[in-house]
Amino acid sequence: MQLATAAARLRRDRAPRQAASPSRPAPTTTGHVFEVEDVSVRYGDFTAVRDVSLTIPRNEITALIGPSGCGKSTILRTLNRMNDLVDDASVQGTVRYNGEDIYAPDVDPVEVRRRIGMVFQKPNPFPKSIYDNVAFGPRLNGERDLDGLVEEALVRAALWDEVRTKLRSPALELSGGQQQRLCIARALATRPDVILMDEPASALDPIATHKIEDLMRSLRETCTVVVVTHNMQQASRVSDWTAFFSVDVDDEQGMRTGELVELDRTDAIFTEASDPRTEAYVTGRMG
Amino acid sequence: MAGVLGAAMVLAVAPLVVILWQVILNGGAAMSWEFLSSVESSPRDPGGYLHGIVGTLYMTGIAATLSIPIGILAATYLVEYGRSGRFANTVRFFTDVMTGVPSIFVGLAIYALLVVSGGAGLGFGTFVGAAALATIMLPIVVRSSEEMLNLVPADLRTASAGLGARRWQTTVKVVLPAAAPGLITGSMLAIARGAGETAPLVLTALGARQVVTAFQGTPQADIGLLMTDGFSQPFEPGIERAWAGGLTLIIVTLLLTITARFIAARRKV
Ligand SMILES: Nc1ncnc2c1ncn2[C@@H]1O[C@H](COP(=O)(O)OP(=O)(O)OP(=O)(O)O)[C@@H](O)[C@H]1O
Ligand SMILES: [Mg+2]
Repeated sequence: MQLATAAARLRRDRAPRQAASPSRPAPTTTGHVFEVEDVSVRYGDFTAVRDVSLTIPRNEITALIGPSGCGKSTILRTLNRMNDLVDDASVQGTVRYNGEDIYAPDVDPVEVRRRIGMVFQKPNPFPKSIYDNVAFGPRLNGERDLDGLVEEALVRAALWDEVRTKLRSPALELSGGQQQRLCIARALATRPDVILMDEPASALDPIATHKIEDLMRSLRETCTVVVVTHNMQQASRVSDWTAFFSVDVDDEQGMRTGELVELDRTDAIFTEASDPRTEAYVTGRMG
Repeated sequence: MAGVLGAAMVLAVAPLVVILWQVILNGGAAMSWEFLSSVESSPRDPGGYLHGIVGTLYMTGIAATLSIPIGILAATYLVEYGRSGRFANTVRFFTDVMTGVPSIFVGLAIYALLVVSGGAGLGFGTFVGAAALATIMLPIVVRSSEEMLNLVPADLRTASAGLGARRWQTTVKVVLPAAAPGLITGSMLAIARGAGETAPLVLTALGARQVVTAFQGTPQADIGLLMTDGFSQPFEPGIERAWAGGLTLIIVTLLLTITARFIAARRKV
């Protein structure tokens, strides 16, 4: 019932969301947030990844791993229609978010991105104050009186104690790790029920990385997290589920196409992978 | 090698130093309260450049009001929407061409289009002078703004889109604020350029011998036009005042340029 309302909100023909009462996404509904079916993504003539089918379980962390160029980022971007912003990208197949096909013609991609948060590899805060960064998303929806919301988002991103006294100072004066947590706070401020992260810690030192990992685990209470990572230990430390992608090389045409090898519980992937390619990769014999 | 480079640098800077020195020396000697506060009836008589100063500021002000918003909007279109489309490239091409057109031709074009009865028939005046200056400033604003907007990292646009901003929201809330210091710098340099132009005003503002406040229909005075007048006639007071006029223009231009540099140095993207 609640899912149906959440999905209906994605439609472009609906009046803009009521600013005053942004309802929280249903937090503990069981089942899957995403159902991806036979998705292929092409950049122009080049098929970057082919026939991916997977489901993302609610309120858990799913890691996408695999060698460079296998299409992890590409698949991640199909989940909130960020691929629409790449000029020559085209997506085939279906992606259902809370049961709703987000590539249906009447769906407004901007509304999809409002509901699904994204954090990027390189911290990318706006050249504005810490406060204005966090308030950015809610302000797009016309929300006002954001002090409480900003504090809540910063607390959840484990950054509040470090910035509470300097909310008005420029975000770019923060350290790299703090900037990344600020970007997470900025994404949380729009109250998404999913956060997509593309190698969120790869530009950070081990201590900052550790903080981000703790933070990801704590986000499970209210969010589903999908994280792309290059770091095997990180995947095994933080994720509940792991999807392993590989690259299929067509020697005749020299095409390198990504594909999903398997998706399973993380402990299963790391100890008893069903596909030899997965085992080779996670034990470091490949990629 | 270093000697050659040093000599080249001296050669490059020398004319500027000589000009500045001359203007400051001669202009400083002729600069007075009378120069700033009264009106000369001819280069032969006593008086000052008040009407020219008013006219130059008036026309430059209108020209800035016209060219800066249009120029920044055009640059925003080029960078954020048109990118490398055919229309955008055409606009870029004509902007480049316009930058290279001699300014006397701009004056001539505005004369034909707006002043004479074959065109809009507006006659001489403040507005048509400002239109000529705006035509010279516009491509400068477009080009410098385009560069500044291109310097805004793509990351910021992606971050904004990821938060559910529509394209126009990203432009208004992220790109333009991030580029603002650069946009202001470019605009001030364009104003400095416009304030110093004389050629496009010959056939549009025409010149006047009293302070003109009319927006259009009455020929308007300009510092540069008065200087041309003063230097071209063999009367001592007129020549002295022309030097003081030059000093005034250099001070205005220098102030604008220094402010622009100051803002540029403080920019953080
Ligand atoms: N904007 C784009 N235009 C064209 N090709 C692209 C684009 N983005 C990605 N690709 C190609 O698609 C394939 C998959 O790229 P993707 O970035 O999804 O891989 P990835 O698994 O995230 O790699 P990495 O681990 O290096 O980040 C690669 O071959 C890449 O070159
Ligand atoms: Mg990637």
